[in-house]
Amino acid sequence: MALEIDGQSIELDEEGYLVDLSAWTPEIAKALASGEDVELTDEHWDIINFLREYYEEYQIAPAVRVLTKAVGKRLGKDKGNSKYLYSLFPYGPGKQACKYAGLPKPTGCV
Amino acid sequence: MATKKFMFVNRKAPYGTAYALESLEVVLISAAFEQDVSLAFIDDGVYQITKGQDTTGIGQKNFSNTYKALGDYEVNKLYVEKESLEERGLTQDDLMDLVWEDEDDDWAEKPSIIMVSRSEMADVMAEQEVTLSF
Amino acid sequence: MAMLHIVNKSPFEKVSFRSCLNHAKAGDSILMIEDAAVGAIDGTSFSEKLKAAMADKTVYVLGGDLAARGLSEDRMIDGIKSVDYAGFVDLTVENETTQSWL
Repeated sequence: MALEIDGQSIELDEEGYLVDLSAWTPEIAKALASGEDVELTDEHWDIINFLREYYEEYQIAPAVRVLTKAVGKRLGKDKGNSKYLYSLFPYGPGKQACKYAGLPKPTGCV
Repeated sequence: MATKKFMFVNRKAPYGTAYALESLEVVLISAAFEQDVSLAFIDDGVYQITKGQDTTGIGQKNFSNTYKALGDYEVNKLYVEKESLEERGLTQDDLMDLVWEDEDDDWAEKPSIIMVSRSEMADVMAEQEVTLSF
Repeated sequence: MAMLHIVNKSPFEKVSFRSCLNHAKAGDSILMIEDAAVGAIDGTSFSEKLKAAMADKTVYVLGGDLAARGLSEDRMIDGIKSVDYAGFVDLTVENETTQSWL
């Protein structure tokens, strides 16, 4: 699979995740989202940016439970729940948000 | 699913073999299933959590920072055997400062590393329901 | 006939490092790579054994393997030489024969 952006071809794996994590740009996130009929809002970007920072620090994509707790701590208790995260990423906050953030699928995600 | 006491026993140095990384990956997966997970670092396993690891010279991914995420996964009982450190010329000061944040205590940082003697480690091992050795 | 002995197993886990020391001859060189690099540190349960061997043998360690395990070179036994991959190649060229202790 590949994603075409501005004449450049970005390689994706069979599940649509970025093959080369360092190739990520915000434009790639937007293109991956629009391919799934999602328009990225500031609320989406809060989560995407958090995931990228988490990966930078710990070298892993966090499990959904870990993501939920961390979002609650950083962005407030009203957002630290799976209902809020699923409203932003209906295909699953772990899988879908990590995909847009250019991270591998979270460890333990089946 | 009933909660069981899981212990992962780490006995190998990182990078020379795949055991350390594989153990860490299984720990993260099992923690997602909300089990009571603890880790033991004995023998050469203590090298897995030394601080200042730099893998640029060997061209492998440095996964030592991932141990710092264990607290987020509620894996906050990391038993380290004193004798194993001593035999290798190491002390607790050579290990990473691994902590977890207690949500019920205003996210206070608390130490995850529990230093135990060899006989204390044997007691902890005897309490487990499932033990996986790497 | 100087020989280069290459060890890659931790002396705390396997007997291959000890076996190497028991079989290496005076004038030989010993290179620690991969998990064997942890044997370079002073003040361990193994360091006296290695120091005794260093009386008539030269001991090297692959620096990258030491750094990967969070161990700094200032903690090495005095007299051990740290080499990079190029130094590793030089050692195999300088010695007539090489033996790996797996």
